[in-house]
Amino acid sequence: MSTAPAALATNDPVLLGFAEEVGTDGPVAVAGRRTRWTTGGTLAPDTRVIAAPSGIVEHLPDEMTVTVRAGTTVADLHAELAAAGQRTALPDRGGTVGGALAVGENDLRALGRERVRTALLQVRYVSAEGRIVTSGGPTVKNVSGFDLPRLMVGSLGTLGLLGEVILRTNPIPPVSRWYAAAGAHPRAVLETLLAPSAVLTNGETVWVELEGHAPDVDAEAARLASIGSFAEVAGPPELPVHRWSLTPAEVLSLHDTGHVIGASDFVAVAGLGLVFSHEPQPPRSVDPGVAIIAERLKQNFDPTGRLNPGRMAGGTA
Amino acid sequence: MYRYAKLKNRVTRTLGIDAAEVESDPFVAELVDALSPDRVKQDGAHRALLSHDASVFDGGNSGPVVFPETTEEVAAVTRAAATHGRNVVPRGAGTGLAGGAIPLGVPVVVAVTRMNEIHEIDTDNGIAWVGPGVVNLDLTKHLAPIGYHFAPDPSSQQVCTIGGNVANNSGGPHCLAYGVTNAHIVAMEVVLPSGDVVMLGGLDAEPAGYDLRGAFVGSEGTLGITTKIAVRITKNRPEVRTLLLSFESVTDAANTVSGIIAAGIVPAALEVMDQRITVAVENYVNAGYPRDAAAVLLAEVDGLADGVDLDADRIAEIGRANGATAVKLAGSDTERALLWKGRKTAFGAIAQLAPDYYLHDTVVPRSKLAEVLTKTYEIADRYDLTIMNVFHAGDGNLHPLILFDARDEGVLEKVHAAGGEIITASLDAGGVLSGEHGIGVEKQKFMDRMFSSDDLDHQNRLRQAFDPGCRTNPGKVIPTGHSCADIQSLRSVPKEVWA
Ligand SMILES: Cc1cc2nc3c(=O)[nH]c(=O)nc-3n(C[C@H](O)[C@H](O)[C@H](O)COP(=O)(O)OP(=O)(O)OC[C@H]3O[C@@H](n4cnc5c(N)ncnc54)[C@H](O)[C@@H]3O)c2cc1C
Ligand SMILES: Cc1cc2nc3c(=O)[nH]c(=O)nc-3n(C[C@H](O)[C@H](O)[C@H](O)COP(=O)(O)OP(=O)(O)OC[C@H]3O[C@@H](n4cnc5c(N)ncnc54)[C@H](O)[C@@H]3O)c2cc1C
Repeated sequence: MSTAPAALATNDPVLLGFAEEVGTDGPVAVAGRRTRWTTGGTLAPDTRVIAAPSGIVEHLPDEMTVTVRAGTTVADLHAELAAAGQRTALPDRGGTVGGALAVGENDLRALGRERVRTALLQVRYVSAEGRIVTSGGPTVKNVSGFDLPRLMVGSLGTLGLLGEVILRTNPIPPVSRWYAAAGAHPRAVLETLLAPSAVLTNGETVWVELEGHAPDVDAEAARLASIGSFAEVAGPPELPVHRWSLTPAEVLSLHDTGHVIGASDFVAVAGLGLVFSHEPQPPRSVDPGVAIIAERLKQNFDPTGRLNPGRMAGGTA
Repeated sequence: MYRYAKLKNRVTRTLGIDAAEVESDPFVAELVDALSPDRVKQDGAHRALLSHDASVFDGGNSGPVVFPETTEEVAAVTRAAATHGRNVVPRGAGTGLAGGAIPLGVPVVVAVTRMNEIHEIDTDNGIAWVGPGVVNLDLTKHLAPIGYHFAPDPSSQQVCTIGGNVANNSGGPHCLAYGVTNAHIVAMEVVLPSGDVVMLGGLDAEPAGYDLRGAFVGSEGTLGITTKIAVRITKNRPEVRTLLLSFESVTDAANTVSGIIAAGIVPAALEVMDQRITVAVENYVNAGYPRDAAAVLLAEVDGLADGVDLDADRIAEIGRANGATAVKLAGSDTERALLWKGRKTAFGAIAQLAPDYYLHDTVVPRSKLAEVLTKTYEIADRYDLTIMNVFHAGDGNLHPLILFDARDEGVLEKVHAAGGEIITASLDAGGVLSGEHGIGVEKQKFMDRMFSSDDLDHQNRLRQAFDPGCRTNPGKVIPTGHSCADIQSLRSVPKEVWA
């Protein structure tokens, strides 16, 4: 545990090296594992593509925090955390920690693992001027100053390039089990259960993940049995590639009609509003007032537009 | 309430505002046009009352005070302020402890307390739409019949507003498991400093664009005024177990807290009170705390029956292994409610002991709790001050409370010096400046102890994207030199505005 004041300018050689690589001019972007490489638009040609540093710096299980370089894969991070009985909210789909945060997409089990945007406690990023900027703090609770970590999640590396983060970790529950039933209704599941980790529907079948102490999971499974012919299954279904963001209420009516999104097959996450489909979601309209602030943010953080040019936060895959 | 009486005294002593001058101000005339005369207050009493919050800091200089009832009225006030080059300060219940609502630069104070309607409960989307002036506990009471509640539960929840909770990203005992306010805000209607009305965030799973919602929460009223909020509502847990553990030392209590988290249990709440506080609470409400324990730990787990019993047993075990002298499980809802009443009225109890108190708020790594607590007692001893500790131990959030009597010559200087040392001790232990009260005017001068000038510069870039003219709650959060405006000039009254 560092005993220096939490977050003053770092002299960590790894981050200084990353800052040097980012430099002070010319278009530049960070590539993770390129699993979401086209999200938000096509990278401008002639952009220098670099990698973020990788490695786990420090895991403190009884603080429920981990300090990790942004280039580390989520799989490597979770393997290390699992050894101490913990995990994070980050989705593990083959990408990096920095990529997962820059894209900001939630795990389909976000009901049980919190959202990606609340998992980030502290971020060190390299600014358009090549400076290392720290925001947030190393403790699980913190309201010291403006909340730049929230802004960085989902910003696609257009405001700063992520070098190192501190994430909140959570204990892995003693038991995790998936159940599925044809003909059940997700609303009934949400109303009947206290806190399922995931409720998925494709309009015909409903999948449910239950987590917790074994007797609690058994009790919830018994409740599930009262509303449908649920049986234990290995895990969630395969997901179509395109991601839609709907409201939880829209997902409930999607289950009923199946046609709201104009796509015939889908897997939707009830209680959250995520939908996976073979069709891409049409571009979503942005409130004009919000667009003005977004433009000013980009201008203030990256006046020459050198960070991840060609991409815009809010684009869909 | 004693504070209120004191403020009233100060009003009559310090303010003799010429009503004619106020009335001749064309800005005020525009406000009266936009609202109605009875909701634009310009008398000395209102302006002085709203020039303070619940912090120990000197009041600012309030301009007119308005009580809008609709978003359009807030927008009209903001546009008028923009046209006349005047500052705007949003205000809820005024329970802030960092001076966030103190008006600097003779602003129009926009008190949103009348925007207290619960607009809609939408269980399909898992949210409620509420006005910013809705009192925190009122929402939870309103949700009780359908089996839900609003999870953030600051000790001030009987009075503070949800708008204030949003602005300060407030926490509470039960935020350990459920997360602080930010995790419970889904979308917000906001009147920007320009007077434009925008929707930040959204009810959909992953709203497009930058997370401006997230940036707004915790911005302490500097990015605009929120006028309607979609808050997540949380299902009530069917089973709750509340344990009271007694210890011979604060260190044993702190070690128990670390032990519980290390064992993979995240209780709903883990609160520690030292002996001075428990005795004060017992004298005040008779909540059932032991008077002879050096510290007590209030631990609560909630969920399904079997799981909470398992966790409660393990917590008791970990407590005993760390030297607990007694472990008591609340036997009934009444007993449980009484224990919580004791915890949540701790500050009321203090008022019986001394006329003034300064409640600090820092966070340290859990493993450093015992060490930093010991330091707070040492610091207080050195300054010959009385200090007590009651805090959200589960997330390392310390609340050292210094008692004093402001009438004692030179005591405020001692209180501030001791407070500065507590902040330093917390930062030195790898902690942060504030866990839930915010920076306001209180901790501005400490910001450069935690952040480099590049860090502060970037925070200011965010601020300026929302408020390029720096007219919304100026002089807060970011210290002089990095921020929009200089705090000294904000404290003095511009000649052209008031005499
Ligand atoms: C088939 C498939 C299914 C998926 N399913 C899910 C799912 O269910 N849930 C889910 O959440 N995700 C899912 N993903 C998305 C993906 O796994 C994550 O978003 C991923 O973590 C992105 O990481 P990456 O390293 O591959 O990023 P990349 O694709 O390399 O980069 C994505 C973007 O982020 C930027 N970026 C990357 N690293 C940084 C950095 N350090 N600093 C600044 N900007 C950076 C890049 O410039 C780029 O614009 C899926 C992906 C695929 C291919
Ligand atoms: C006895 C006591 C106990 C407390 N316990 C806790 C606790 O357990 N946890 C905790 O976190 N805090 C606690 N507090 C602090 C305080 O109650 C919280 O910060 C609370 O959220 C403030 O709400 P308020 O309505 O009083 O806001 P105010 O004090 O009126 O304002 C606070 C800030 O919010 C801004 N603001 C208010 N309304 C809006 C709006 N509509 N739009 C934009 N900005 C706005 C103001 O400008 C100001 O900067 C306590 C305070 C007291 C006095």
